[in-house]
Amino acid sequence: MPKTIIEKIWEQHVVRRQAGEPDLLYIDLHLVHEVTSPQAFEGLRLTDRKVRRPDLTLATIDHNVPTTDRRLPNPDPLSAQQIETLRQNTKDFGVPLWDIFDLRSGIVHIISPEEGLTQPGMTIVCGDSHTSTHGALGALAFGIGTSEVEHVLATQTLPQMPPKTMSVEVTGKLGPGVTAKDVVLAIINRIGVDGGVGHVIEYRGDVIRDLSIEARMTVCNMTIEGGARAGLVAPDEKTIEYLKGRPYAPKGEDWDKAVEAWKALVTDEGATFDTYVTLKGEEIAPYVTWGTTPAQSVPVTAAVPKPEDAVSAAAKETAERALVYMDLQAGTPITKIAVDRVFIGSCTNGRIEDLRAAASVVKGKHVASTVRAMVVPGSGLVKKQAESEGLDQVFKDAGFEWREPGCSMCLGMNPDILLPGERAASTSNRNFEGRQGAGGRTHLVSPEMAAAAAVEGHFVDIRGYK
Amino acid sequence: MRAIKTVKGNAIPLNRADVDTDQIMPKQFLKRIERSGYGPFAFFDWKKDPNFVTNNPAYAGAPIMIAQQNFGCGSSREHAVWGLEDMGITAVIAPSFADIFRNNCSKVGLLTIVLSQEDVDYLMSRAEELPGGSIVIDVAAQTVSVEGTGWSRHFDIDPFVKHRTLNGLDDIGLTLQHADDIETFEKERPSLKPDTSGAFKDPLKIG
Repeated sequence: MPKTIIEKIWEQHVVRRQAGEPDLLYIDLHLVHEVTSPQAFEGLRLTDRKVRRPDLTLATIDHNVPTTDRRLPNPDPLSAQQIETLRQNTKDFGVPLWDIFDLRSGIVHIISPEEGLTQPGMTIVCGDSHTSTHGALGALAFGIGTSEVEHVLATQTLPQMPPKTMSVEVTGKLGPGVTAKDVVLAIINRIGVDGGVGHVIEYRGDVIRDLSIEARMTVCNMTIEGGARAGLVAPDEKTIEYLKGRPYAPKGEDWDKAVEAWKALVTDEGATFDTYVTLKGEEIAPYVTWGTTPAQSVPVTAAVPKPEDAVSAAAKETAERALVYMDLQAGTPITKIAVDRVFIGSCTNGRIEDLRAAASVVKGKHVASTVRAMVVPGSGLVKKQAESEGLDQVFKDAGFEWREPGCSMCLGMNPDILLPGERAASTSNRNFEGRQGAGGRTHLVSPEMAAAAAVEGHFVDIRGYK
Repeated sequence: MRAIKTVKGNAIPLNRADVDTDQIMPKQFLKRIERSGYGPFAFFDWKKDPNFVTNNPAYAGAPIMIAQQNFGCGSSREHAVWGLEDMGITAVIAPSFADIFRNNCSKVGLLTIVLSQEDVDYLMSRAEELPGGSIVIDVAAQTVSVEGTGWSRHFDIDPFVKHRTLNGLDDIGLTLQHADDIETFEKERPSLKPDTSGAFKDPLKIG
């Protein structure tokens, strides 16, 4: 029977199947960070259990790290305690940790692909909803809660019900200035924030094939914002090219065998999905969110929509609340919205290609006097690479702050937060109320759009921007 | 995990859709390393509004919450579930839930009950009008009833989750009963997959 890539990877990881029970699924890689793990390790201690496979586990510190000089003490004693707790837990349980002075440390979803740990056909979990990022390399990767973190630490498995499958096909070609971020914002706009609930998505079509691996990570990263726990792209020549030579990629004879296995990871001709969605690449414009969910977005050429045009009474009420929170009037052109802050970074858009794209927009220009702008590389290696290309200087010359890596202002668990009432153009993934700081207002955009907004002080259409 | 057989009591009407876990438990409380004590921080920013529903003393200690579609979307933070649990909530009723949140609830022992939009709207307006009105949830019978009326609805629950909920069974303990299966799987697992044992070596120092 023809199968989707999702079903193939699933079947390869079923440890035990029993009617009336979830499948017991084997986990190939468990990524751990400081925020969602302390109670899981404590649970192991209380039940006298060990970490079953420390050699399939990797920890890092990303959410709580200041992006200023990290040799200085952490200004927040609770953050410092949480970081210290992870250090002690990884030591006690023998789990490898890339600590903040290790160049390989950084945002958990950036460092694993970067080092070649994320490979096609793997199952990957992390106590973080953006684990779907790893799907860009053809892995089945999803976010879990702390009870499940403990479960994976203790057993290297998870009981899971088989998901429904969804094909999201983006056909044709993207116009100039339209990026992976716009593609995924358009998808979420189409399916809604709960359109993917219960599903795993396979992203397909020429637009997805044409995207680089890093750009595919941007798409897969925001899968959860459309309600699906995981989204992936079948491996192709770009995937193989990306992985070749990375530290944890197979070597020599193993490499050839692995490539052969990866090439079989495609959806068979004739396989069917539970749900189908199709978008035309030509119709996708640069998107800007105006509300407090990632689905509340419009093309940059549009205006803030009227709540009465909403599809349902519930959507109308949500839109009205969002406009009050965002302090926006329906009918305001997006390009008239002025911003106070610009954040370029996060697991969505904190990779080297994102920084190159943003730098190319700001080169030779300067951040508007009304704007405070910040670039936070996604990892130590991204930062090093950017500096070797002189991108740090481009940003600094343009008036951007050039920071140390981490999750930073995407969720503001470190000192990088919006003040109440401040409005940000952000390359991150969530525009929820208070996400970047209590009372802060977030507009999600691509790195190029964020860079242009920093220079102009308000949103501009990056297409034709010089 | 605690066992739940029935839930009986009044319900908090949280008449909003797409309530994300950032609202249920804001980031600053995720820095705690404890497992308990999250109740006072639940809906921290929304509670600043004196008219927010949980500030109404008529709903204090209510074991049930009623919400609109896609409850618990966004971040995977289980701290959101711990906050509801610590507030005294044992069941949430909504037209739909986000996947990770629902999964987390099933591990902690918090019921997530899906009813039709019409039924949720009925329970919502009733809870708004009669803050003390009692609802009875019977897990074994899979019913939600409004006490003192004939109103009763069936709800679906995954049979395995039902079994675990009724008996308060520890998921990890159940899985470890199949340790042999895990070992067998590991023996046959392809050797090409990466492992992190080398990650201890040669840390690349910054600066």
